[in-house]
This record gives sequence, structure tokens and C-alpha cells, in this order.
Amino acid sequence: MVSADHILWVPLLPFAAFIANILAGRRLKHRAAWLSVATSAVACAIALPVCWAVFHGAHFANQITWLAIGKGSLQFGYLMDPLSATLLFMVTIVGTLIQIYASGYMAGDPRYSRFFAYVSLFMSAMLTLVISDNYLLFFMAWEIMGLCSYLLIGFYFEKESAAKACFKAFLTTRIGDVGFLLGFLTLFTAIGTLSFSKMNAIMDGTYTGPAMLIPVSLLVAASLLIFCGTIGKSAQFPLHVWLPDAMEGPTPVSALIHAATMVAAGVFLVARSFSLFMAVRDVLPFVTTIGTITAFMAAFIALTQTDIKRILAYSTISQLGYMVTGLGLMGLGAGTFHLTTHAFFKALLFLGAGSVIHGTHVQDIRQMGGLFKKMPHTATTFIIASLALAGIPPLSGFWSKDEILLTAFASGNILVFGVLLLTAFMTAFYMFRLIFMTFFGKARDPHVHAHESPAVMTLPLWALAIGSIVIGIPGSPFMHHWFQKFMAHMTHYPEYEPSAFVMGCSITVAVLGIGLAGVIYLKKTAWAEKTASVFPTFYRLSLNKFYFDELYSRFIIKPFTAIGRILFSFDEAVVDGAVNGTGQNTLFLSRLKNWFDQHVVDGLVNFMGALTYFLNAIVKRLQTGLVQNYMLFAFLGFLAFIAWQLKLI
Amino acid sequence: MIVPLPHILIFSLLLFAIGIYGALVRRNIIGILISIELMLNAANINLIAFSKTTSLAPETGQIFALFVIAIAAMSAAVGLAIVLALFRVRKTVYTDEVNLLKW
Amino acid sequence: MEILTIGAKFGVYIVMALVLVFALGVVTLRNLFHSALCLAAVLVGTATVYLALRADFVAAIQILVYVGAVMTLIIFAIMLTEHLGEKTIRQTNRQSPAAILGLLGFIFMIGLVILRTPWPVTKRALATGTSVMSLGKALMGSYVFPFEIISVILIAALIGAVVIAKKDPEEKS
Repeated sequence: MVSADHILWVPLLPFAAFIANILAGRRLKHRAAWLSVATSAVACAIALPVCWAVFHGAHFANQITWLAIGKGSLQFGYLMDPLSATLLFMVTIVGTLIQIYASGYMAGDPRYSRFFAYVSLFMSAMLTLVISDNYLLFFMAWEIMGLCSYLLIGFYFEKESAAKACFKAFLTTRIGDVGFLLGFLTLFTAIGTLSFSKMNAIMDGTYTGPAMLIPVSLLVAASLLIFCGTIGKSAQFPLHVWLPDAMEGPTPVSALIHAATMVAAGVFLVARSFSLFMAVRDVLPFVTTIGTITAFMAAFIALTQTDIKRILAYSTISQLGYMVTGLGLMGLGAGTFHLTTHAFFKALLFLGAGSVIHGTHVQDIRQMGGLFKKMPHTATTFIIASLALAGIPPLSGFWSKDEILLTAFASGNILVFGVLLLTAFMTAFYMFRLIFMTFFGKARDPHVHAHESPAVMTLPLWALAIGSIVIGIPGSPFMHHWFQKFMAHMTHYPEYEPSAFVMGCSITVAVLGIGLAGVIYLKKTAWAEKTASVFPTFYRLSLNKFYFDELYSRFIIKPFTAIGRILFSFDEAVVDGAVNGTGQNTLFLSRLKNWFDQHVVDGLVNFMGALTYFLNAIVKRLQTGLVQNYMLFAFLGFLAFIAWQLKLI
Repeated sequence: MIVPLPHILIFSLLLFAIGIYGALVRRNIIGILISIELMLNAANINLIAFSKTTSLAPETGQIFALFVIAIAAMSAAVGLAIVLALFRVRKTVYTDEVNLLKW
Repeated sequence: MEILTIGAKFGVYIVMALVLVFALGVVTLRNLFHSALCLAAVLVGTATVYLALRADFVAAIQILVYVGAVMTLIIFAIMLTEHLGEKTIRQTNRQSPAAILGLLGFIFMIGLVILRTPWPVTKRALATGTSVMSLGKALMGSYVFPFEIISVILIAALIGAVVIAKKDPEEKS
């Protein structure tokens, strides 16, 4: 293993920006953004040559021992293999572009520097996660990302909906995180190490250390629990409920965290643990099922949503489902490929939406319309991204989505293939529904006056648009599927020949979706309401997000808060009662002691004084001041003495 | 010996007792001093009687009696000086009016 | 001669009784001047008893010093310190019952002692006599030390009495 230790600067620089912005943010004001962008760009500049080296077959790793536990020890270090190089490449480029955009979008916000501090912290954590070489460091970065997500979703915390949303996001992902924690601890129990390279070696059978007996049940449990982390973080069914509400945060946050990077971390986790999943293949159907359900369900909901960011949120969930399905079908290359391309065009879609919101100050697409003329850059890049998402060749999305569909079809999972195809149709439909309602047609709300965004926002849009177009090429026939071969260096999994049938299916459904959307929303808008009235149940299910929030609220949240209330009253009555009781007891004892001290002890002292006084009152009468009295006493004493001497007394 | 010794002793005892009575009872300071003179005289009589009847050197008792007389005179002198000083300040010679050291 | 002896003895007893009576007068008379006079009588009577005991020099000294000087002193003091006319003021304080009781006890006890003690009265002692010459020899011989001390004490008493009794010098402002 060769070492490329300068890679450590990649997460450290944004962290330094975080510290600087937190401490000196007020003084930096608008320069806080420059600091974040600069560190991000420099990190990108450091990372890209390393990635380039890895793309050409290099491999870097290095560790230091942090703790020695039992039969194993905990190492911290970095690992640059094909997977991490791909992610690093994507995260640094997309992250830098989004931060440039955000410097314009967030201008004028009173907490400007704090925003960039959090974003820098997030970037630092994400980069650490990407290059980490063991589960523990990965988990620590994962948790910090969760924290940043919380802070950034709740950035506009004065809004009650934002405050609730950030809390919901944190708690929901927490459930997944607990599973993940238990998962890798179980793994540690089973194989005694948390290092990815060692785990890969053990699972692949190339391990050269001492022999060990590994119970398969533990591995199954570990893999399922680790997948829980993915369910939470990548918003899979059933823990997807936080992502739509996470749209309360500023749009650059939605782009960065909830489209390109953090939600991708869950998928990245499965990819990283691929050797583990391959070793216990029986859990893979579970993974596939979850991914497929998620993809279909989210696309179904997106059909009827009217908030521009919500549509994109459900789209993200749906595409994440695609990625998870791809990995579940043992398609490491397919899933990772879609992860990379999705980051570019989804980030672009969110930034474009942000631009629209920035220009029109509304988020409901029913209030928009005909924005193409007023916001040409935004509209054009948005359409490019939507075409990529819908899967129109030769844009990137087509190649990556096709890869997943190919994996599904060629491995014999026809049901999965069918569902994914239907989902692709719905994806194309709802995206272009969004486009036709927003950018074309007549302006529906006369009060909405749109204007194009400044260059600092539109330039990143174009950069990402170019990325959306070209990033698919490494995995396409134009480069002879270089990416898939590249990812195959990681581990062994089935590879499939490209199929024209699959490509034809995917293009067909995409075009059909776009066409239907164009027909309904450009010409005959009445068809929308008619469809809704013909299938009222479906319509309501879609519009109300399958009532997940209501179900969770009724069956999970309310019982737990009830339990919490019971425990609180117990705490108040018994625990506080005990404490108060002790206090009362002490008070009572002290009062008792006080009485004792006052009456008995002081009484004793006073009694002594009183006794002396009393005796004195008697005895002092002897001192009459009259000499003859004294003489009489002397005489009588003398008499007594004589009588005694004479033995008369 | 004209009178037997016990008789003289009884006599001096009675004189002494009367002297003590006067010292204890008289209110006037000078009266007290006078009673003290009585007591001293009784002691003198005792001395003379004993020296005459029981000792081989009768001079001893008589010399002693002389000294006692001298001392008595001195005590009377000093005592009366004090009485005069007291009378000048307190304008009284009655003992029960001079009780400043009362509690 | 026996009549003289008996008469002398009788007389001594009478003198003793008179002395006791005058002594009672000393302590009980209201008029202080009368008390003083009774004291003088007591002193003279005591001198007589000294004579009966063959202590003639002491008797002479008694009359000279006591009756002559001390009585004078006392009379002076009486005259300087009170109004002689007052007769109504009670002369005894409230202690008299206790004093009388104590004294009766005292007399009883000492009397018991006197009567019970076997006094060593020797004939030889009774026969020995004194003269002024022997007294002078004794005073200058064995008892010279107390004699000198007495003179010192006399000086001290003299000075003391003068210091105590003199008027405070009035301060001239």
C-alpha cells in the first residue's frame, strides 16, 4: 500500500474553515463564504490528483493505531480505492459548486457566517467519511453529518415547521444510526476488526492472518443492522419521512446534503460493506425489496405534489431507492455509477429550484408559469438536469439508470425490472409536469414577478449542467464501460453485457412520460383533475404521502410520549419526592436541633449563670459594709473553733 | 496571794466579754474604741495574774503588760485620728452610716 | 492583821465588782461622755487590781498613761466629733441579741476551761517579788529588742496619726 498522506488535508481544510467561521464569523461577515469556498476548492485541488492516480490503478492507504481492545485494535486511517476515489471526486466538485451558489443565495441573511461554518463542518465530515478506512471513523463522521443536517435544516429555526423538521430528521435518522452502531459492533464481535480492507480480505477469502471461526448468524445480523443505517440515512422505506420535511432548510442545504452527499452516504455504506453483503447473500433480496418499494412509492407520491422542493425530495428518495436496488442486485458498479450521476443532476435541480424560489419568492408550482423567458439560464439548466433524471441519452442519467435496469433484467428479477421501469415512467412524468407547469404556459399568479438570479448563482448551475451531461460518459459505450470495469477491481460480482432491449425500454418509457406530461400540462389541463376524480383513492394516497406521517404519529409517537409523560410523573413524584423528602427531613432535624440547642444547651449555660446569680443574691447579703457585722462573724467563728477544740461540737 | 488565780481569771474573762459586747454592739465608733480599751485591759490583768502566780520570772509578764499599754495607747491614737478624718468627710461617727462597701 | 487581810481580800472583790459595773456602763450608756468617764473608772479600778497583785510599777504606769493620756485623747476626740447634748439616739445596733448569745457561750466555754485547768501555781512563784530595778534591768537586758521596736512603732503611730488627722491642704487656684 502506497501512502498519499496529503489526502488528510482534504477533510482538515474545511474543518479549519468551520472553526474560523464559528469563532470569527461576525467579523468576517460576507468573507465567511470565501473562506468556506476557498478551503473547499483547495481540498478539491488536493483530492483530484489522488483520484486521478487511483483511476489509473493506484491504491493508497495508511493507518495509526488509536486503541487496543481485546483481540483486535482500532486503527484510524484512510483508504483510497476505486469506491472512495469516485465519491471523493464527486463530493469535492459538487460541494465546491454548491458553496459558490450558496454565497449568492444566502446573501443578506443575518446568520451568514454560521451557515458557512456548518456547511464547512459538513464538508469536513463527509470527506472524512469518504476516505475513512474503518467503521468507527466512518460512524463518527456519519454522526457529525447527522448533526450538521440537524443544524442546517433548522437554520431558519424561527419557523416552527423548520424546528419540527430538523428534530424529525435527527430522530428518524437516529433510529437507523442505532442499528448501524449495533451492526458494526456485531461485526467487530464476529471478525475482530473494523477495518474495511481487513474485512474485505476476510470476506473474499484472501485473508492472511490467524484463522478464526466466524458464525454466519452474526454476519447476517451485522449486515442487516448496518443496512438499517442506510434505511435511515438514505431515506428508504419506512424511514423516509424525514426527507420531505427537510426541505424546510435553505435550498443549498437541500442540494448539498439531501441530494448529493449525505443521503448518498447510506448507499456508500452498502457499497463499502459490499464484501460483507456478498458473503451473506441471503440478505440481498431484503435490500432489493426495500429499495424497490422506496423507488416506486416515492415516485407515486411525487405525481401529485405541488411544492417544487417536495417534488424534488420525493424524486431523491425514489432515485436512492434505485441505487439501493442496484446494490441489492449485486450491481456494485451500477449503484455507484447512479450515485455519482445523480449527485450532479439532482444538485443542479435543487439549485435551479432555489433559483426559481429566489426569483419568484413562492414555492408552489401552481403559482408559477411561463418562467422560461424571465429566467432563461435557470430554466435551461433545469431542463438539462430533468432530461438527465428522466433518462434521455446521451445524458448521464440514462447510462446509470440503464445500468441498474440491465442488472435487474439480466439477473432474472423481472418483477423488479418491471417495477423499476414503471417508476422510470413516473419519474419522467412528474419531472416534466414540474417543468411545464413552472417554466412554460401562462403565468398563473399575477402577483409573482420573476427575475433571473445573479451570476454567482447561475454559473454553478451551468457547471453542474455540463457535469450532468458528461459525467455519464465514463460508464457509457463511448469509453467502453470503463467505470464498470474500474469498480470491478473492488470485488467480484456478476457483470452483464449491455442489452439493447433494456435500453430501448428505458428510452421508450422516458419519452412516453415526457410526452404525457406535455399533453396534460401544456394542452389539456382538465385531464389532471379528471384522472384524480376517477381514481380518488390513489389520488388521496399519493397526495397524502400514503399517510405515513399520520400512522407514525398515531402508533409510535403518541405511545412514546405517553410513556414519557408517565415516566416524568414518576420522576416528579418519586424521585423528586425522595429528594424533597430528604430536604424536608433535614429541615425538620435541623429545627429539632435548633430547639435543643436553644433550650437545652443554652438553657444549661443560662442555668449556670442563673444559679451563680441566685447564690450570689443570697451570699452577697453578708457583705453589709458594716464593720461590726464582720466582727460579729469573726467572733462567732472563733467561738465555733473554740467549741470544736474543746470537743464540745 | 490575796485572791486565788481562777477568780482573777474569771474577772478578766468577764471584763473581756463586756469589752467584746461593746465592740460588737456600740454604734458610735469612739464607743467601739473604748470597748477595745476594755479588752486590752482585761488581757493585761491576765498577763499580770499569770506572771505573778505561775512563772518564775514575774518581770516577763509586767514588761509585756507595759508594752501592751503602749500599744493600746498607740492604737487609740491612730484610731481616733481615723475617726477624726472620717468625721470630717462623712460628718458622722455612727458605724451603720458608713457602709460604702455594701454590696 | 487578819482583819486587814480579810478586809483587803473583801476590798479587792468589791473593786472587781465595781470595775465590772463600770465596764457595763461603758458599753451601755447612751451619753458617750459618760461612757468615757466610766472607762476612766474602769482603768483606775484595774490599777487597783494591779496593786493587789503586787505589780505596783504597772499600776503606776497604767494611771499615768491610760488614765492620763489615753483618756484625754478620747475625751478630745469625743468633743471634736459630736454634739454632747444628744441623748435620744440609740447607742446599740441590732446585733445585740446575737452578740449576747455568743458572749454567753463564750463565757461559758472559757469559764469551763479556767475552772478545769490545773494551773501550776507554785509557792515559790507566789513568793517572788519584783522591783522597779529588776524591771529596768529586764527592759534593758533581755527585752531590749522589743523596747527599741516599741519606740519605732511609737514614732510610726505618731506620724501616722498626724498624717491621717490633718486637714487636706486647700488648693489655691
